[in-house]
Amino acid sequence: MSAAPLWAQLINLLAAVLLLLAFAMLAQRRVLTLVELFAAQGFALACSTGIVAFATHQPHLYWSAGLTLALKVGLLPWLLLRMIRQLDVQWDVEGLINIPTTMLIGIVLVVFAFNLAVPIAQLANTVTRATLGIAMASVMLSFLMMITRRKAIPQVIGFLSMENGLLFAATSATYGMPMVVELGIALDVLVGVLILGVFFFQIREQFDSLDLKHLERLKEGE
Amino acid sequence: MIEIFAILAIPLAGALLLAVFGEREEAPTVNVVVCGATLIAAAALTERVISSGPMLAAGKLFFVDPFNVFLVALTAFVGFTTAIFSRPYMRIEHAHGRVTAGRLRLYHSMYQLFNFTMLLALLTNNLGILWVALEGATLATVLLVSLYRTPESLEAAWKYFILCGVGIAQALFGTILLYFAAEKILGAEGGALLWTELNAVKGQLEPTVLSLAFVFLLVGYGTKVGLVPLHNWLPDAHAEGPTPVSAVLSGLLLNVALYAVVRCKVLVEGSLHNAFAKELMMGFGLVSVVVAAFLLSRQKDIKRMFAYSSIEHMGIMTFAFGIGGAVANFAALLHMTVHSLTKSAIFFAVGHAAQKTGTQLMDGIRGLITLSPLIGWGLVLGSLAILGMPPFGVFASEFLILTTAMREQPWATPFLLLALGVAFAAVFSKVQPMVFGETTAKRLPARPAMLPVFVHLALVLALGLWIPPVLAEWYRQAARLIG
Repeated sequence: MSAAPLWAQLINLLAAVLLLLAFAMLAQRRVLTLVELFAAQGFALACSTGIVAFATHQPHLYWSAGLTLALKVGLLPWLLLRMIRQLDVQWDVEGLINIPTTMLIGIVLVVFAFNLAVPIAQLANTVTRATLGIAMASVMLSFLMMITRRKAIPQVIGFLSMENGLLFAATSATYGMPMVVELGIALDVLVGVLILGVFFFQIREQFDSLDLKHLERLKEGE
Repeated sequence: MIEIFAILAIPLAGALLLAVFGEREEAPTVNVVVCGATLIAAAALTERVISSGPMLAAGKLFFVDPFNVFLVALTAFVGFTTAIFSRPYMRIEHAHGRVTAGRLRLYHSMYQLFNFTMLLALLTNNLGILWVALEGATLATVLLVSLYRTPESLEAAWKYFILCGVGIAQALFGTILLYFAAEKILGAEGGALLWTELNAVKGQLEPTVLSLAFVFLLVGYGTKVGLVPLHNWLPDAHAEGPTPVSAVLSGLLLNVALYAVVRCKVLVEGSLHNAFAKELMMGFGLVSVVVAAFLLSRQKDIKRMFAYSSIEHMGIMTFAFGIGGAVANFAALLHMTVHSLTKSAIFFAVGHAAQKTGTQLMDGIRGLITLSPLIGWGLVLGSLAILGMPPFGVFASEFLILTTAMREQPWATPFLLLALGVAFAAVFSKVQPMVFGETTAKRLPARPAMLPVFVHLALVLALGLWIPPVLAEWYRQAARLIG
């Protein structure tokens, strides 16, 4: 891989951007910025999918890139911003653990993800295999974000960004899933966000807040 | 081919229709009719498979073999009886003012959509579509769990959405890894996610990738099966949603999720040639059985208690599929059938009992048998059946699983026996005072539907006494297929 072609370097660069954005989301306190970071991550994902499509002549990946662009950069951030405005929760991010500690845990997770990815990456014959570790790391960072955030909207953004990481893993390890599956996944994500939107309003109506500490009545063994 | 199309198209059309007319007076009846039509289509498909054997359809996109055809029939059947039960149940809920007309529309539409996603998950040959359908099933039921909009039901639905969403994301990663391993052999165009294709080349799949994939798939789909320690969402979702939803969650969705795990296990086992997948499944299964059995006695809410009982039984099935081999698989398939029938019957009885007494807390439910002998007897017989009393079918399957475990995995038998004993003590001691004793029950504004309860229990009884040769032959073929 010493003289990698330009496009492979570009993908590696975008992979690094993806990981950086995952860390930025982990550190972000403002919910509006969080949505912007999510949109940026979607954009990086769409770009890298597009580049892979161009370099490997896989026409279905163009569709996948277009779908990501429309859904992750356009529709979903727009929906989320609209919800945030209607619910008036701009300043709403609070973590269970403070941010430096979260970042340290994040670094440990990245090291773990890279180690986990090594045996698989060696088997891959795609040019982008080096990025598999990054994809796994960003899945785990999003997972961490879901665990450490107490408010509903950041949890959902964590969930969506985890899905970004998974799609990135699919593109870098296998040049993408079959089209019908990608369409299905996109549909599920979209419906999921719509349902969550309905749900936010229900929670808000019931508790007058989106803090999930209200949702701690049900306990095991009662 | 036409049958498969009908099975999928009828509930989907029903969902669209009820999304428009779902709040009308006759909507519950339409719901029953749509489920009945689905059942007829499923029966026609079953008939076709009996006469002409397994088949592939629509360019290998769908397939039917003995393993999924009986689950399709079971799903359509329980979907139909639950619709019959839900007709008076939701009317009473409406009369009590717990649901508005708009929410009834949502309920009916989502109920059909849920049926559609489960049938799609069972019939598809594509493991990616299987994932999409299972995620769709979660999405369809989230709003059903929060139907009453109480703080508790919102919490339960949120937990359900987030936990199952994260779980199913793990399963997606597992599916990607599986595709990654398969693509090398089948090529990107050759249908590398089609189960039948994968099954044909499973010996050549890369073992390291598949073992990692299986961990993700088991954790992912296992969350939906309700395996301990991933079970947290299950009791809440069962207790807080409307009872017909609890019945289909326990009776059908858990089965479909387990079906997904078993399909993946077949591939992984064929590639690995060791006991890795077996041991993982046995371990998760056994832990679920034991933990759920001990949590049973601490429950105060009747639907929560039976939800824990579902975790226990899913654990037994996972354990049995883990042992593998002809007998254990046969027993696990039988257990899937009888558990599904019994547990949904119990939820029907529990639903009406809770409506009659106005509470789901077991301390508040007393003397059912005096005011409504049918509900009382339904609950007693259902509980005895689920606890594995002979001559019900659950006894037959649990007996088979226990004797196989004694022969092949003797270390596990004490745990199983202990758990079954603890579960018996816990459930029976709670059901007994609810049924007998001083009554607190009141009259209902609509006649309860007790027919489905007794039809289910009669079937479970019949399966305990005599398994029809056709069914036994299916189980045997499916058991061979699973290996």
